Amino acid sequence: MDFQTKSMRLNTAWRSAMNYLVSGLSILATILVILPLVAILFYLIYKGASSLNLAFFTHIPAPVGEVGGGMANSIVGSGIILFLASLMGIPIGIAAGVYLAEFGRGTLLGNAVRFTADVLNGVPSIVMGISIYSLIVLQQKHFSALAGGVALGIMMIPTITRTTEEMLATVPHAIREAALGLGVPKWRTAISVSLRTASPGIITGCMLAFARVAGETAPLLFTAFGNQFWSFKLNEPIAALPLQIFVYAISPYDEWHRLAWAGSLVLIVMIMVSVTLVRIFANRGVLKGGS
Amino acid sequence: MTTENESGSGGSVPNTLPAPPTKFAAEPAPAPVNTAPSAVREFLRKRGSGSLADNSFSAVMLLCACSIFAIVAFIFGILIVHSHQSLVQFGWKFFSHSAWDPVSGDFGALPFIYGTLATSFLALLMAVPLALGVAIFLTELCPQPLRAPISFLTELLAAIPSVVYGLWAVFVLVPIMRDQLGPFLYKTLGWTGFFEGPNFGVGLLTASIILAIMILPIISSLTRDIMTAVPNSQREAVLALGATRWEMIRIGVLRNSRIGIVGAIMLGLGRALGETMAVTMVIGNHPDISKSLFAPGYTLASVIANEFSEASGDLYLSALIEIGLALFLVTIVVNAIARLMVWAVTRNAPARVN
Repeated sequence: MDFQTKSMRLNTAWRSAMNYLVSGLSILATILVILPLVAILFYLIYKGASSLNLAFFTHIPAPVGEVGGGMANSIVGSGIILFLASLMGIPIGIAAGVYLAEFGRGTLLGNAVRFTADVLNGVPSIVMGISIYSLIVLQQKHFSALAGGVALGIMMIPTITRTTEEMLATVPHAIREAALGLGVPKWRTAISVSLRTASPGIITGCMLAFARVAGETAPLLFTAFGNQFWSFKLNEPIAALPLQIFVYAISPYDEWHRLAWAGSLVLIVMIMVSVTLVRIFANRGVLKGGS
Repeated sequence: MTTENESGSGGSVPNTLPAPPTKFAAEPAPAPVNTAPSAVREFLRKRGSGSLADNSFSAVMLLCACSIFAIVAFIFGILIVHSHQSLVQFGWKFFSHSAWDPVSGDFGALPFIYGTLATSFLALLMAVPLALGVAIFLTELCPQPLRAPISFLTELLAAIPSVVYGLWAVFVLVPIMRDQLGPFLYKTLGWTGFFEGPNFGVGLLTASIILAIMILPIISSLTRDIMTAVPNSQREAVLALGATRWEMIRIGVLRNSRIGIVGAIMLGLGRALGETMAVTMVIGNHPDISKSLFAPGYTLASVIANEFSEASGDLYLSALIEIGLALFLVTIVVNAIARLMVWAVTRNAPARVN
């Protein structure tokens, strides 16, 4: 009896010590994860803000050895490529999502599409780059903004498809039935009732996909290629912000490093703003209520 | 359809009746055949049954959905076509051969496979315990008001572009590795043989650290989803037996979600295998197979990124594309297995909205 109580007490002490140990370790892990984020953001703001100036937004890159210059052409170029990508990725992505949620729910084909979209999401971006290179650049015989846009557009599709589907799935079925019961055709129900109800969530998905491809460099290396000068033509090499950051970061010149930091800050502010907007969108409308 | 109509109504009124709109089965009982059609029927007939619009709409949606298959098939096809020369010339030996000599046209991918596997494995070794810790903290221990901001912060890590990680690694992590962490590791763990040779700051270990930081948010947010999917009754049951909180997590939560957690880790692995820019900037880019983690290396993705645009000659280019093909196939397999595992756990759980 005495022995048993003693061993039980010891056991309890051991168990509660283990409990505290693991709790402490998981708190430590969380701190260790947040630390690099804070370090990266802090360093980026510190280095980037001290190198940002008006010339950064208005000038094109200066030749090696000259002080000054900016990334105006890269910012515009990124805008053009991302516009092309959205033009391609958003309609296809949403349509595929509508198919999954409204027509293909529970069917074999629907599950296969969903699975393939998830797998496509994991294809490395560099592989996407060389595929589009082989498809478009090799045919055209030169790098082009169009090829960059197609590469990024394809990368947007799976993300948008999956979020659209998930958001449509939260639309209560009764609303659809009400519309169908009034004699509204199915296509009209899908567009004016389901999509309309889920639109905040779908916009969220589109912006997440947009933010994700906005920082992609690898697929642009062999498609958009980069350009030191202004270019607005779709079938010519075009500058892009992430590409320019990469080129400047691995260069040996301090002046270019400075510009790389400034460019990173601009890029990350763009992405953070869209991610935060996403949060605001996601926290209102139908999404909050769920089904 | 037409024959059916004729055989049905052929007896009394042969040809005058318009084809009944098949779509609306539940409309009021049809008027007697001989009287004039009712206003409702007339309206519906004029408007058409709408099946054309419905069918074409669903066909367009189906087409877009199938374009996802087409994209995957097209990537696979185009990689095979363009790597044909190298596939034929080297065969399976390509993956077990360690020469990389563009001048004499001798190519083997072994150093890159080694670099990719070593960095991904090390990154997982660092990221998995941390990610699990974060997930446990966020789902089980964290006070409610802190939960949203901390998960937001960890997901911000996922929003930072790869090239910015690379930039940070080049200017912050590399000097730290060179001057502080590297010498420290050499002094304390040098006897293992993993931390030998000259330490320039760039190399396998630096690349693994930056990879670990990059895959952390993926693993932790997925693990969090999976742990949230465990029903509360499981937790309550274990607690009711007198378990401490850790025992509750271990028995009630982790054991129930272990398949999903393995899936989440494999998704992180898939991302690590294909990560390009940040790794290219800090791994040193030298096709070596070295036991030391200070040594520079090369990964499948970074050799493509570095050499693709300057590849001269068809064989060189097709060898690089074959590396891309290998990367594509490996990541597809890893991702497919991982997705199946995650699905197996979260399939019946309610979808989490962001």
